[in-house]
Amino acid sequence: MTEIYLDNSATTRPFDEVIALCSHIQRDNYGNPSSLHARGIAAEKLLNEARRNIASLLQCREDELYFTSGGTEANNLALKGIAYRRQRRDGHIITTQIEHPSVLNCCRRLEEEGFAVSFLPVDRQGYLDLDELSRAIRDETILVSTSHVNNEIGTIQPVEKIGAIIKELNPRTLYHIDGVQSFAKIPASLQHWQADLYSCSAHKIHGPKGAGALWVRKGVSLQPLFQGGEQEKTLRPGTENTAAIAGFGLAARINETLLEDNAAQLYRLKEKLYRGLQQAGVEVYLNGPPLEQAAPHILNLSFPGIKSEVLLHFLEENEIYVSAGSACHSRRPEPSHVLAAIGLDESRLFSALRFSFSSFNNLTEINRVIERIVPAIRELKTYQGR
Amino acid sequence: MQKRQVYLDHGATSPLREEAFEAMLPYLQDKYGNPSSMHSSGRDARHAVERAREQTALALGAEPDEIFFTSGGTEANNIAIKGTAKRTARARKKKGHLVTSSVEHHAVLNVCKELADEGFQVTFLPVDRYGLVSVESVKRALTPETFLISIMTANNEVGTIEPVAEIGALARERGILFHTDAVQAVGQLPIDLRDLKVDLLSLSAHKFNGPKGVGALYVRRGTPVEPLYGGGGQERGLRPGTENVAGIIGLARALELAVEELPEKTRWLQALRDRLIEGLLGMGDVVLNGHPSSRLPGNVNVSFNYIEGEALLLGLDLEGIAASSGSACTSGSPEPSHVLLAMGLDHQIARGSLRLTLGRGNSDADVDYLFTVLSPLVKRLRKMSALYPGQG
Repeated sequence: MTEIYLDNSATTRPFDEVIALCSHIQRDNYGNPSSLHARGIAAEKLLNEARRNIASLLQCREDELYFTSGGTEANNLALKGIAYRRQRRDGHIITTQIEHPSVLNCCRRLEEEGFAVSFLPVDRQGYLDLDELSRAIRDETILVSTSHVNNEIGTIQPVEKIGAIIKELNPRTLYHIDGVQSFAKIPASLQHWQADLYSCSAHKIHGPKGAGALWVRKGVSLQPLFQGGEQEKTLRPGTENTAAIAGFGLAARINETLLEDNAAQLYRLKEKLYRGLQQAGVEVYLNGPPLEQAAPHILNLSFPGIKSEVLLHFLEENEIYVSAGSACHSRRPEPSHVLAAIGLDESRLFSALRFSFSSFNNLTEINRVIERIVPAIRELKTYQGR
Repeated sequence: MQKRQVYLDHGATSPLREEAFEAMLPYLQDKYGNPSSMHSSGRDARHAVERAREQTALALGAEPDEIFFTSGGTEANNIAIKGTAKRTARARKKKGHLVTSSVEHHAVLNVCKELADEGFQVTFLPVDRYGLVSVESVKRALTPETFLISIMTANNEVGTIEPVAEIGALARERGILFHTDAVQAVGQLPIDLRDLKVDLLSLSAHKFNGPKGVGALYVRRGTPVEPLYGGGGQERGLRPGTENVAGIIGLARALELAVEELPEKTRWLQALRDRLIEGLLGMGDVVLNGHPSSRLPGNVNVSFNYIEGEALLLGLDLEGIAASSGSACTSGSPEPSHVLLAMGLDHQIARGSLRLTLGRGNSDADVDYLFTVLSPLVKRLRKMSALYPGQG
């Protein structure tokens, strides 16, 4: 029996072509891009090509992209970079309660340091209330940061409307979008959204771990997180992880060719799993927006009466990998802050599982998952159903 | 016929060794789980990261919980210096004083400049003509406000080995934290943290035949340090973000082997280095930069009078030889090296510098080839130089 990996929002299996490219660069194209000799120049070319590939997918300028070690660093660079650069304006920052920990913890830290931060609530489907947002924006608001797609429940924020509201109420307020879960899955339209910063990560799109990027609209000035050499125009110093960055670029290019079909295919998998469970008579609740509104690759379900970890481990024994919350804090036993913020009651909060799909998954796998889950739930309920 | 390729720039970066690559490959392919995931795919990745931490600790004489993986040497240096500066400033409710040297890597120097801009007091110690920091000067610079000394283990441009054992002992005696940027030293010099009185030590995998994009910071237990940024709690909160699992495994394997092979490697590397230095000095109007004996076994740095280092570099590159005129991180800029200037070289000599850094895979044949190319090249360039007295 082969494993079924449905935890693609945590990390993805790299494309074979990406592994081959990374391997080749690690061994044979090992120059430091800052070196002046031929090996250095060959390494620099890799960076340029990766930048071109990612710019093409984001439809942005190449010189607006800065490579980082991943999404967490990109998010922090965006938030701290803006906050510290604009420190002298008693800055106010707006975000939501359902952001990834890399945004939330960064904002909490900035709050400790004296910035004012509004953590806006969301509705039962995870959408930011646009009226709340309008009321929250003030003269001192330097930055609004929201995710495009929520990593746990797949809510797609109305980024275009958010951007329009921000720019209308305070044209000096910048808009950062955490695109880690949407990049290469939902077409980006940075100009349309009136975004100023956008974060993305390689390992969520079948690229290698250890690379990400921050898009910074030309003219927006950031304070770097750290100092060093002159790499990435001094915004992100340190010898570039050329293999991972090149792998990131290639993964972006492959995704670009897949983009449209891929979304439809992912949606079919998601729908099949949910409907299949419903049709089998399992008591199951969908957390987040209705199926067709949410991101195509994320499905968050609650199975009242069965603890998340119990079902997760049962599935694991059957080589089916899912998540109970996001990977980044699933080692803690606390309930997900996202599910708490959308107001789930206890029975759904502690019985939630996230299934997240990629182009490597297929309907046969989904059928097998349903076949396994349905009897398991009946069995587990007889144990726990007291 | 294909031109001979000779890589003499191991100080900038070094090729990934096969054993490290082989250790990494499964984690790029099938074992791609996120170490924070609860399922077995995640747990496999978690175990591999923790095993790598143990290997790394063992190779350095540290405890596993004292090793924090980063994206590289630059990030490790930044966490060490900013992380202790900010933490100490909050605890003491004032911005203190730190001591560093004027020959540090930019990842230390520019962090210290940044902290100076933020209101910290910073002393940039001078060095002697060999690039050595004197323990006496460190001692004189200390004030009651000093919370940190940051001095590199060995210099990346001229290879001079600094007296970190003595500086560490001094720091410990005064109750001051000591950080050393050991990016160039790890894998080239024996480092045992059980003896060395160091509180923080930075290293980078790609300098010892490991992969790029991964480094580590050693933090002695109890050292007050805080993260540069927040996130999902990875690396016990000091360095959040999904772990670069394959990179971390490659680092540990490369380090383990580098340490194992060190005695043997030091012997042949040093012999090759000395042969190279002797030959270069024999060319005339060439001076050695850095310390004659207390230098990294793989480092050669010389200045050719009447020649621009950059012209030399390009001439060598055309013949398939990769070298450097300073550190890779600054070689894009036309300014002469801050290290050579701090050592008191005049601008003209500093501009004529050439760094050749030897490493794994180099041989006597590489050095022979270098001389075959270099002798006529130097003659030709000097002929074109207006300053050269021998000109006809």
